[in-house]
Parts: sequence; structure tokens; C-alpha cells
Amino acid sequence: MAKVKGDIIIDIEKCKGCELCIEACPQGSLETSRKVNNKGYLYIVKVEDTCTGCTNCALVCPEGGITVYRKTEKGKEQIAKISNVTKDMELKVN
Amino acid sequence: MSMNERDLLEDKHFEQVISDESICTKENIVYEKPETLLDVSMHYCPGCGHGVAHRILAEVIDELGIQQEVIGVAPVGCSVLAYNYLNIDMSEAAHGRASAVATGIKRVLPEKYVFSYQGDGDLAAIGTGETIHTCNRGENILIIFINNGIYGMTGGQMAPTTLPGMKSTTSPFGRDVATMGAPLKITELLAQLPGTYYVTRQSVHKPLNVRKAKKAIQKGFEYQKLNKGTCFVEIVSNCPSNWKMTPVESNKWLDENMLPFYPLGDIKVPKD
Repeated sequence: MAKVKGDIIIDIEKCKGCELCIEACPQGSLETSRKVNNKGYLYIVKVEDTCTGCTNCALVCPEGGITVYRKTEKGKEQIAKISNVTKDMELKVN
Repeated sequence: MSMNERDLLEDKHFEQVISDESICTKENIVYEKPETLLDVSMHYCPGCGHGVAHRILAEVIDELGIQQEVIGVAPVGCSVLAYNYLNIDMSEAAHGRASAVATGIKRVLPEKYVFSYQGDGDLAAIGTGETIHTCNRGENILIIFINNGIYGMTGGQMAPTTLPGMKSTTSPFGRDVATMGAPLKITELLAQLPGTYYVTRQSVHKPLNVRKAKKAIQKGFEYQKLNKGTCFVEIVSNCPSNWKMTPVESNKWLDENMLPFYPLGDIKVPKD
């Protein structure tokens, strides 16, 4: 199966810490930081490496401060499929 | 989790982003800020629906490739400075008169895409006459109406769209329908007029609703090109500051209280 890996970059200076992205994230990878940005807001950071790049956080962000990246890593491809075998067969895979 | 462990996790993510194995490269981008939305910090309160509405509007303009041909009219209200955030030609209008100004712009420049962006105090209270007559004449403009049930900029006074029993600074014991009247469902009212072509109500409080609202705005611009009549998109939004809630709570309150009264969906759809 293909594995989907995502990542996000949050513009912490734009972030106002409204936490709507935390609510929208189905993976629970976002949390409020304990540091403040220049405006004095506790910004949001990604803490868990479970992001799938679903873009939900970016869709609900009122500041437009989230950029989402996604990469699909292809898994092992299926080489051949054998069905209805009636005789003995020998297979060699290089 | 102790504080040090948390800080370490945060630092680890920042290191991942700048490392060579990071997937944060240009070819992997699936979502980024639209170009029409300027790279500035908005003045809206944290969690305000205006920011999402601005962003989906900018996305639609980018996707249709009409940045050079679109003219917007900003209202008076919280979104009075919308022209500071959208990289398009915009004009300001007197309070409530945005649809009248948009009418004038569209009649002088009929080949341009014209939209007005108005709040509920602007469109449904002070500009009721202008809005109804613009829609009745069937001007080829798109009206985007942000409904948060309160006067946001002036400090949370009661608006025509305030829900029955909802507290505001001018209805401190809750809106009493007997003395203050029932909330004005202006979208349903406008849908009855012959001039309107596409009337819909959407919201921006969940990712799914954001996608739907974006499609509605896109349809509005597409119908405008075909000279079909007034397109009206209402976006039910929140106002965390004046509802005295956190942004997450306000979206939950919107879901539980606003949406039963203002049901989402298309109210008037083109027959053909």
C-alpha cells in the first residue's frame, strides 16, 4: 500500500492561537506552544509526526498561515497474480 | 508531558523542516496561501470567519484567473479594511450602500467582475433598501453576505439577524421577539425576488463547509459572466469576541444555535 506522508509549516508570526486548526486536525498532531510570538499570542506548533497532509488545518485557518505538503511514497508493487492453478508450478523471482 | 519534553518535540519538528529529508519542498505543496491574498497579518480577532471568507474569495479569483478583471466593494463594518488584504481593485462604500456602488461600477464597466462584500449590520439593517432594490433589478453582481448575528466592529450591538434570546450589548436580557422583532432572514426574502439568479447560504466553521462555500462563490462569478442576474452568497460566520466565547466554543455554538435557524444550502438554484 502506498504510504502518505504529510507535513505543514505554520507561519508563527501570523498565528493568533485561535486553536481552530487543533480542532480540525483528525490526527491530533497540533498543539498550542508555550512560547509567544511577537504579537503576544501563544502560537500553534506541530508536535506529533502523524500528519497526512489532509489540508483541514489550512482550510479553517483564518490567517491563511498554514502551508501543507504531501508526498505519496509508493510501496512494494505487485509483480504478478496467479489464480486457478491446477498443475504444479515453479516460480523464480530475480 | 513535562515542559522540557514539549519544547524538545517542538524543536525536533523545526529541525525536521530544515533537514534534507524534509518533504517541505515546492513540488510537494498541496495547499498554500492564494496569491491574491496579500502576505500581511489581518486585524481580525483570533478565530474570526472573515479571514477564511477572504481567503476562499482570493482562491476563487486565483483559480478563475480574473485578478485583473475583478472589482470589489468593501463595506463599513469589521471588513472595512478588506482592500488591505486582497490584491485586487477595490472601492469603499458608505454604510450599507455597497450594493448600490457595485451597481454603478458594473454598469460603467460591464465586462468586469464586480462583487460586494458586506456584513449583516451593513446589508440587512442600514442597507436593506439598497440590497432589496439591487436584487430586484437583477444587477449582474455577486453579493457576499457575512452573517454573524451581531454588530461586530461597534461593540456587539443587536443586529437584525440576532437570534431570539441572544444576548448583546443592546439586548442584555436576550432578544425579545415581542418588542424587538424576529430575526430577519434576508436571504430567503431576496430569493423571492425575480432579479436574483443564485441564492445560497453557506458557512465556514468546518473544512467541509469551507469547501462548499468556495464552490458557491465560484458559481457566483461564473454566472456573472453569463449575465444571469444577481448572485447572493450568505456565509454564516462567528464572532468570538462579541459572543464572549473562545473561537472553538463559538464555532460549536454556531453549529448548535445559528444553523437550525439559518439552515445551510441552496435557496434558489438556476433551473437550466
